[in-house]
Amino acid sequence: MLVVEGVKNGIVIDHIKAGKGIEVFNLLNLGEADFHVALIINAQSKRLGKKDMIKVDNVMDLNLDLLGLFDPNITINVIENEKVTSKINLKLPQRVKNIIKCKNPRCITSIEPYIENEFELLDQESCEYRCVYCDEIYKIEK
Amino acid sequence: MLKGKHLIDLNEFTTDEVDEILELADKMVKNPLDYCEIAKGRILATLFFEPSTRTRLSFEAAMLRLGGQIIGFSSPDASSTSKGESLSDTLRTVAAYADIIAMRHPKEGAPRLGAKFIDAPIINAGDGGHQHPTQTLTDMLTIKSIKGTVSGLTIGVCGDLKFGRTVHSLIKAFSRYPGNKFILISPQELKIPQYIKTQVLEKNNIEFIETEKIDEVMGDLDILYMTRVQKERFFNEEDYIRLKDSYILDRDKMAMAKEDMIVLHPLPRVNEISYEVDEDERACYFKQVEYGMYARMALIAKLLGVDK
Ligand SMILES: [Zn+2]
Repeated sequence: MLVVEGVKNGIVIDHIKAGKGIEVFNLLNLGEADFHVALIINAQSKRLGKKDMIKVDNVMDLNLDLLGLFDPNITINVIENEKVTSKINLKLPQRVKNIIKCKNPRCITSIEPYIENEFELLDQESCEYRCVYCDEIYKIEK
Repeated sequence: MLKGKHLIDLNEFTTDEVDEILELADKMVKNPLDYCEIAKGRILATLFFEPSTRTRLSFEAAMLRLGGQIIGFSSPDASSTSKGESLSDTLRTVAAYADIIAMRHPKEGAPRLGAKFIDAPIINAGDGGHQHPTQTLTDMLTIKSIKGTVSGLTIGVCGDLKFGRTVHSLIKAFSRYPGNKFILISPQELKIPQYIKTQVLEKNNIEFIETEKIDEVMGDLDILYMTRVQKERFFNEEDYIRLKDSYILDRDKMAMAKEDMIVLHPLPRVNEISYEVDEDERACYFKQVEYGMYARMALIAKLLGVDK
């Protein structure tokens, strides 16, 4: 049995779909972190069977918005003094750069590769984004 | 203050800003010589990565009538794009020569990209099937000049309402003023997109009706805005044959309209308006071309900040 020590003060990103942990890890740029981070792959889960998890010690203020975009089913627990003190509800970020690619073949981003694909949130409920260049709508699948 | 702004999408200008442009344009229509030197020493670059002679000439005539000068190109082979230069490099180069840029590009969002790289005002002179804000300003100025108002009008739009971007922006623009009502006349296949109905019309409590038959509504209209219906847009030949004549404006249909109704068209027309209608005083599509130049004059003067 692999033992990873608990988080004293920090966050636990839980219920990541098995195999996707590394993507979340990279999305949050945790490879460059100067604090303790544990990436756990294929942990047991009652809900998912298998899941990935990320534990982060001593940091509370990661930009977690991107996770809502990546997978709205992820849960996040805030840990203080080794106890879960709150859960963060994931919200879709207002603006995302270089994560969604515009699918409109007539969009300027299709021929000028140096510009970032940039989308703006249209509606939190319907999970729709709009390309800031051509207004193409992109819907995030839940 | 409009000085130094880009015009990428007319919706990004406030109603006050749009009114400001229309008011200046109105003064220019009345006393064009008062403004014939205000842009002296300034250069407009017309960068047409896709040919559109009418629009380019309108911009060039506008700048020349303000006393300014023009540089530019009118096809992609004349620009360095054909040698593989990026759009941002082309624009940064041109911005070193010109004070203001009017650009047309086949790709949607191209002027938005330009606005990220340069400070000189960029005017979107059409980006693919996306936006063409100076056409909308033209339509507004024409209506305001001839009808004396941009409110309380019953505006019929007829033809290809699905792909016709000029119609979409016209509806967006007039939905910002009180009391306007729309009659949307099109074949089933070419109905207005749902988002215009929900996001623009319903959201702003704008009254509208949809119909296939122009005859039934002709007498209610203050403005009839015609657009092209292309044969290839129809799904089947039968529908095309059934409907093709009902979207050709002729003398008989004009007889059903109010005496002060006006007919507009973004031009060029193919066959949707019979030549016999041209003689009718209510046919205003060639006046519309002239107003287009004045609308661009006012816009250039405002963005350059030389309107005083
Ligand atoms: Zn796009």
